[in-house]
Amino acid sequence: MAHGPAKGITRWLYTTNHKDIGSMYLWFSFAMFFLGGIFALVIRAELFQPGLQIVDPNFFNQMTTMHGLVMVFGAVMPAFVGLANWMIPMQIGAPDMALPRMNNWSFWILPFAFAMLSSTLFMEGGAPNFGWTFYAPLSTTYAPPSVTFFIFAVHIMGASSIMGAINIIATIVNMRAPGMTYMKMPLFVWTWLITAFLLIAVMPVLAGVVTMMLMDIHFGTSFFDAAGGGDPVLFQHIFWFFGHPEVYIMILPAFGIVSAIIPTFARKPLFGYSSMVYATAAIAFLSFVVWAHHMFTVGLPIAGELFFMWATMLIAVPTGVKVFNWVATMFKGAMTFETPMLFSIAFVILFTIGGFSGLMLAIAPADFQYHDTYFVVAHFHYVLVPGAIFSITAGVYYWLPKWCGNMYNETMGKVHFWLAFIGLNVTFFPMHFSGLAGMPRRIPDYNMMFADWNMISSVGAFLFGAAQVMFLYNVIATIVGGKKATAEVWENPEGLEWTVPSPAPYHTFSEPPEFKSSH
Amino acid sequence: MLKTARGLSAWLLGFAVLLASHWTLAEETAQLKFNMTRGVTPVSQDIHGLHMLMFWWCVGIGVVVFGVMFVSMFLHRKSRGVKPANFHESTWLELTWTAIPFAILILMGIPASKSLIELYDTSESEVDVLITGYQWRWKYEILGEDVSFFSNLSTPRDEIDGFAEKNPNYLLEVDEPLVLPVGKKVRFIVTANDVIHNWWVPDFGVKRDAIPGFTNESWAIIEEPGVYRGQCAELCGKDHGFMPIVVEAKTQEEYRAWLDEKKAAAAALAELTEKTFTFDELYAKGEEVYNRSCAACHQANGEGVPGAFPSLKQGITVGPIKEHIDVVVNGVNGTAMQAFGEQLSEVDIAAVVTYERNAWGNNMGDLAQPLDIYNHKQGK
Ligand code: HEC
Ligand code: HEM
Ligand SMILES: [Cu+2]
Ligand SMILES: [Cu+2]
Repeated sequence: MAHGPAKGITRWLYTTNHKDIGSMYLWFSFAMFFLGGIFALVIRAELFQPGLQIVDPNFFNQMTTMHGLVMVFGAVMPAFVGLANWMIPMQIGAPDMALPRMNNWSFWILPFAFAMLSSTLFMEGGAPNFGWTFYAPLSTTYAPPSVTFFIFAVHIMGASSIMGAINIIATIVNMRAPGMTYMKMPLFVWTWLITAFLLIAVMPVLAGVVTMMLMDIHFGTSFFDAAGGGDPVLFQHIFWFFGHPEVYIMILPAFGIVSAIIPTFARKPLFGYSSMVYATAAIAFLSFVVWAHHMFTVGLPIAGELFFMWATMLIAVPTGVKVFNWVATMFKGAMTFETPMLFSIAFVILFTIGGFSGLMLAIAPADFQYHDTYFVVAHFHYVLVPGAIFSITAGVYYWLPKWCGNMYNETMGKVHFWLAFIGLNVTFFPMHFSGLAGMPRRIPDYNMMFADWNMISSVGAFLFGAAQVMFLYNVIATIVGGKKATAEVWENPEGLEWTVPSPAPYHTFSEPPEFKSSH
Repeated sequence: MLKTARGLSAWLLGFAVLLASHWTLAEETAQLKFNMTRGVTPVSQDIHGLHMLMFWWCVGIGVVVFGVMFVSMFLHRKSRGVKPANFHESTWLELTWTAIPFAILILMGIPASKSLIELYDTSESEVDVLITGYQWRWKYEILGEDVSFFSNLSTPRDEIDGFAEKNPNYLLEVDEPLVLPVGKKVRFIVTANDVIHNWWVPDFGVKRDAIPGFTNESWAIIEEPGVYRGQCAELCGKDHGFMPIVVEAKTQEEYRAWLDEKKAAAAALAELTEKTFTFDELYAKGEEVYNRSCAACHQANGEGVPGAFPSLKQGITVGPIKEHIDVVVNGVNGTAMQAFGEQLSEVDIAAVVTYERNAWGNNMGDLAQPLDIYNHKQGK
């Protein structure tokens, strides 16, 4: 087993090594993050002031749609899978993932899916323009011809996610080091285990709904066409049965990352480990029974509205438990504020703000005013950008020295943090105001009463974008050179990943390690 | 950490200054809005109350949680020489912070449930309006009154493209507003013709999906006369941002007068169907109709959008006139080309067909009269 990586391009094409595959996932996601970011900046440039200046309305709709799809399926999900690939075997003391060949396959189909999706931009009729939620019949009867390519791209992404999830479950269940019982696993492993089950449960539902679209478009069925006896609202029920768990797929692994980082820099064990696990499980369970809170205005029966309102509010309880646990972990610690910690603290604060607006949105009568306005855009960006993106960034800074053996530039990391933090708030906080003032989402032009907020948002967006270029530079510079990192990297961090040298050798834990937990 | 704290406070200060400057600016123009409207109906006022209640709950919880966090970030720093504690569990604490939020949620949920039940009570209405969403305009029908009309965006193209100064109601103005009486319970029955739209007037607290093949209901008692503006709130294609809603709330007498006026106009239009127009009259009228109803898809120059909307410089428009009329009257099933037979008057259709056959270098030289359209509709 003592061989290193193959040479040349075949190393990456044929690799079954979890570290190689993890790196490829992370680079892929980084590329998609920039692509989706460019789309977002096109949107923000058009919305800089009232009037149509840069793009026409149809292309604007293509931008919102592609931005949403690329960010969700291309940036956030692959980044978490990449982190899982790198860290889960190292955290549980396994030599690799349980199904390494499938691992290779589940990564390599992704670039094809996104190449296909991106190619629709150059097709006649343009790219998908019906929103990342692709409601029928706008996405069926009234869709551009490229919708068929969109459907196949979604199928491929779904297959990739399902394979990734199976692999993660198989690894965690079978390959833990002796002594690592379930209730001793690091929280990142726990949250990913639960996320993987969510993925297996809902990705087939997504595949089902796009297949029904395909049938409606090409084979004369009428699942979503009232004229043929179907129901457009059926589409929304199926979509959101996938869609709501999907938002937890994008946040549960983030909880795990932050739960690893905060104790390290507070120099104090995580508060309430077992309640963290139970809260994660409770959130995952509840995420299956709240989907219709995205559909309060479609005309559900009153009993349905009440049920989904109360169920949604209930999610705030386990989520609150998590936030309180992180605060209690910080309390009476001895904190330092390196870049990963800064991102993690910002995560806790800003994710909580996103949670507050989420609680407001759960109030069904109030949602009749909030729904489909910029208030919703503000809400979900507060949970996605400081939630998913900040936690991924924190994780990269935290584990990068372990991956490549060099320390990143701390000053530049901090500057990146502050620019991103300011950029994010300047971009998304004013969206609460424009939404409450009455600005609908997904519109390319607006009345002057929304002009000030939009101008501020656009300025913030470009600042946020610039900050990410700095991140890219810092990561590359760290890989190329930099101060050598120790095996522990940080001061007494907990976990098996810190017992191997930095950079982590190509093969780790060929012999199962001895695991001793501190709690 | 000191550096961090300084950064943070500098940022907060900067943001505050920015906001303050915007608010003073706002007082000058009295335009900048940043909170939900209270509105003019019982439901909208209820919703506003709930919104503010939730807001203050969140502020309160935020102060406590972030307060503890900031205190601890200040006191429990390694640079202050503190030794970390080692506690990592406390059953009573964990039970408390599960139970308290639970109780708060119940306090939030009860008034919300009450409002919701009220919001759903569409019984005993005095005026019923059937609202149909089309790509990209609204159709209003006052049920039982034989009044029915379309309402289109009326903002001039030049304002959108930046060639003319934007008026204060930019993108929130229509050619024919809906008029409703104040103080009466109005029921809105909402549906759509093509894709899903959403009829939203913030001041009424009414937002309902308009779903093809299904109806939804909502209601309002408008307490003050005025002009209320809203927008479509569900992505419905290219011009989703360009299908506003304008409702004028008037006294009962003014409302009745408006109904009579609408009926008289409809009768006058029916008479015109019998009239024979000259080519120039039809062409001029046709251009107007085309730009209002067709240019969104087929473009002002008739060239369409490749892959989505066909060019009208070839195909049926330069073929047999009967087929041309048929496409416009009956639409093309299963495509974005709607049946304009029910949306436009006979005169408008005759005019637009004439225009299309003779504009942009199309040189058919023939024309359609309103009576031809009428006969076509009757199957002759
Ligand atoms: C919502 C977009 C939309 C609007 C608005 C619209 N059309 Fe169309 N139109 C289409 C589409 C799409 C087709 C192609 C239908 C098909 O696939 O055969 C079409 C086809 C046509 C054709 C047939 C062209 C051919 O050669 O086959 C004519 C004529 C036409 N439209 C006239 C009009 C007129 C007149 C109006 C305005 C009163 C109008 N359209 C408004 C989308 C639109
Ligand atoms: C640079 C940072 C970002 C900016 C400036 C930005 C900006 C925007 C804007 C302006 C919209 C359009 C809103 C509308 O017109 O309705 C939007 C939509 C959206 N964004 Fe972002 N965004 C950013 C990052 C992200 C990230 C990281 C994610 C996901 C993890 C994300 C997910 C979405 C989704 C799902 C939508 C909805 C798309 C749709 O309406 O179909 N965004 N964003
Ligand atoms: Cu949801
Ligand atoms: Cu719309």
